[in-house]
Amino acid sequence: MARLIRMDGTGHTTLAEWTTGDDTAFDTATREFLGQLELGYIGTMPDGPRSATHVRELPRDADLVIMRRPIAGG
Amino acid sequence: MTDGQALPELAGVPWRRATDERWLLRWGRIWQAWTLLYTVPFMAAGVGMVLLSPLSAPVAAVALAHAWIIPELYAFRGASVVRPKGPRNEGAETVAQGLLGDLLGHDERELQRGTGLALEPGRLGSWLVGEAGALLVTPGGRRVHCYCVRTTEPELPPSDRVAHLLLALREDEQGFATVANHAFAGAPWRVRRRLPAQMRPALDAARGAAR
Repeated sequence: MARLIRMDGTGHTTLAEWTTGDDTAFDTATREFLGQLELGYIGTMPDGPRSATHVRELPRDADLVIMRRPIAGG
Repeated sequence: MTDGQALPELAGVPWRRATDERWLLRWGRIWQAWTLLYTVPFMAAGVGMVLLSPLSAPVAAVALAHAWIIPELYAFRGASVVRPKGPRNEGAETVAQGLLGDLLGHDERELQRGTGLALEPGRLGSWLVGEAGALLVTPGGRRVHCYCVRTTEPELPPSDRVAHLLLALREDEQGFATVANHAFAGAPWRVRRRLPAQMRPALDAARGAAR
């Protein structure tokens, strides 16, 4: 089961879950993903040890996609 | 870390030159020269005054104190980038700690729980990522670059703030270093003595990883 989560004030919130073959669940997850992008979140997919990829579309075959806030110099 | 993709936050700092090995080497040397520039004259003045007139020893002591205090203040500024900052948000921290733990390997997870800093080896060196800053120990372990960098949502629990920075670093290491504000560069021992005691093992581990 793939998950779309958002890091927020609660620690993190699961926004959607889907499986590769479940089109309805994936469409719902995609809408959630796009909605978060509009709110200013950035999609990040951890894709291996010490590796992550910035994603602009929800990858169907991802295990986990994390929505994070932008970073800035302090 | 993933190659070939730029951190989206770079769009906010288009005037900055990309931070690479050469940039780090140059800034390290500039900081070294700067340290000598504001230390040596005070030391020379202090020693010279005593040689010329032993009665001026109190003034010489003040000059020597300046030679000691100013570098210490800079090192303190560098170490402060990784000090815990902002709300603890203890209610959500357990959940956030779980997510951060999932992103780290076993040893790095244990180190982070003990020190608050996530160790992340990269191409530019070994990173230590904190809640609102990061330290970069360059290859060889002889220099530390200190960066102020934070998530734009400061109310997040501390581990989520670390996870934000860690994910951005993993997306684009060079972009991460470019977006972050450089605060200090110097020898690891100068930063180490100004770190909170519980964070020092993390710097030791980063130096070990960088060698």
